[in-house]
Amino acid sequence: MKAVVWQGINRMVVEQVPDPQILQPTDAIVRVTATAICGSDLHLMDGYVPSMVHGDIVGHEFMGEVVEVGSEVRKFKVGDRVIVPFPISCGKCWYCQKGLTSLCDNSNPNAQIAEAMWGHSPAGIYGYSHITGGYAGGQAQFARTVFADANLYKVPEGLSDEQVLFLTDILPTGYMAAEHCDIQGGDTVAVFGCGPVGLFAIKSAFLLGAGRVIGIDRFPERLEMARRMGAETIDYGEEEVFERLKEMTGGNGPDSVIDAVGLESHGTGIGGLADAVKQTTRVLESDRPHAFRSAIMACRKGGTVSVPGVYGGLADKIPLGAFMNKGLTMKTGQTHVHRYLDILTDHIVRGDIDPTMIITHRLGLDDAPHAYKIFKHKHEGCIKCVLDPWADPKDHAPVR
Amino acid sequence: MPEQQLSPQNSSPNERLLAGGLGLGLILLSLRQSGPAGMAVAAGGALLLSGAAMGRGVGDAVVGIQRTPQDEIAVEKAMTIGVSPQELYTFWRNFENLPRFMNHLESVKVQEGGQRSHWVAKAPLGSEVAWDAEITEDVAGKRIAWKSLDGTPVPNEGRVEFREAPLGRGTEVQVVLTYRPPGGTLGAAVARMLGEEPGVQIAEDLRRLKRLLEVGHQPTTEGQASGRKNAFTKAEAKMYDNRRTS
Repeated sequence: MKAVVWQGINRMVVEQVPDPQILQPTDAIVRVTATAICGSDLHLMDGYVPSMVHGDIVGHEFMGEVVEVGSEVRKFKVGDRVIVPFPISCGKCWYCQKGLTSLCDNSNPNAQIAEAMWGHSPAGIYGYSHITGGYAGGQAQFARTVFADANLYKVPEGLSDEQVLFLTDILPTGYMAAEHCDIQGGDTVAVFGCGPVGLFAIKSAFLLGAGRVIGIDRFPERLEMARRMGAETIDYGEEEVFERLKEMTGGNGPDSVIDAVGLESHGTGIGGLADAVKQTTRVLESDRPHAFRSAIMACRKGGTVSVPGVYGGLADKIPLGAFMNKGLTMKTGQTHVHRYLDILTDHIVRGDIDPTMIITHRLGLDDAPHAYKIFKHKHEGCIKCVLDPWADPKDHAPVR
Repeated sequence: MPEQQLSPQNSSPNERLLAGGLGLGLILLSLRQSGPAGMAVAAGGALLLSGAAMGRGVGDAVVGIQRTPQDEIAVEKAMTIGVSPQELYTFWRNFENLPRFMNHLESVKVQEGGQRSHWVAKAPLGSEVAWDAEITEDVAGKRIAWKSLDGTPVPNEGRVEFREAPLGRGTEVQVVLTYRPPGGTLGAAVARMLGEEPGVQIAEDLRRLKRLLEVGHQPTTEGQASGRKNAFTKAEAKMYDNRRTS
């Protein structure tokens, strides 16, 4: 089969690899019908997530049709159309039973590595380095999925692939980020980063009762889409964000701030330069926390900073004094995707959310290297790429 | 049962002698070198010498070796497992179940009467070690304690406790054991670096037990598809994946 394979920093290539097989009785094999590139895949490509190995199959946003099930799979059968949430839930441990599925105790075979690095191990994640399990990912024609009964989610009749694909990650991630803000009627929420997660966070904040949402980015097409979601916007390339946010909120700052940027934040000034230099060593500082610092500074006193943006290791010069003296609350986490699936599917069916509106590019899997490039550099107005693993490379043309 | 007594020192007398000698040698050597190189050698020597004097070996601190005042290696590991104390006790008390999650164990045979058992374990570098053990305490649903009989190459003694965990989390299982490795602390440190030391093994054993009882199997990626073509990248992936001590 064809799959997108990591071959070192900045080298995502499409290769022929062996087809996946059932390895354990709770596995299911999915024929992938749609997959997407996530912002956090860029952190893998850029080499900021340690424990990637040459030849790893990537991709954690994917869906398809079940083509084979292990002997202990009860809830799914061949032919079912499913989405595959990115964090792997065993369904049995205390965390999974509490709905904290991205913290599953049992799904990461390499838990001891994660414990050495992070103290405790989160759930295994598809196609997302060996710290989170080393599972082969879904930017491929087929994928092995594990703990199928606890993880796979049947797609309701009448919904297209594109309508449900983002339920695997970015839609629940934006929603959980907004839920973490504990929005009280009419609150103002600021969202740093108007990429896919930021856009869904904006939409979700409104659904959860926000009065105003302010999106911050520097790419016109992203700011435009944020406005279409109902947000006011700040272009951080043009305006001083902190001052502007204060001005827009009568000097208070937003009630909550979402950092939908993560570890490759584009910093400004001497601090941003220092982060960038240190991060290139991959040792002195693994994460660039510019957006996170800004979020802490901007949030109103007693407010909440919600962090869906991915961080991997160590970051410097976090304004802890501001965080403490302003009495802030921080909520973070990989998304507990499973707990949001019913709620968000309902919203999609009712038409409250149209996840397809963020898609700017539809390409074949063979075009994955190009897709990674335009997504990373925001060329061609790229906001979100969906890949079709079965497109004939000869007759497809990029569609906008 | 009393809490395990730990020594403030993590190095054995032999190890302290070795480190002290080496430290002194480096300091003497540094006198014949000038400049930064000499300083570095002297600093290294001083570090070894002070470690020897205090009985706190740097290497042992790094790999996390703890000793009892009687110069045995002490291990303590705990894990919360989502089944009841009685269920967990019953599973464990059937010693012949132990090799199902203790990868270094070849077999455990319970002998007639049920109090004594014969253990065969894999040892470093592909060898085997066998011993007989005796149950010294057995409280259903709470505790099992054992002690190796005279004549074993690696004298050991330990207990496993089962306590109901709060908030419906199941059982907190705790393994506390002491053993005397053939090479003293130094042997234990080398074994730990090879991934064969009981402290490392037991932590992983408990995780395997948890997964066996909670989900019925160990999650794995062994045998999955990848784009790895040469032995080097395969070995690199194996270094991360499913690191087992067997």
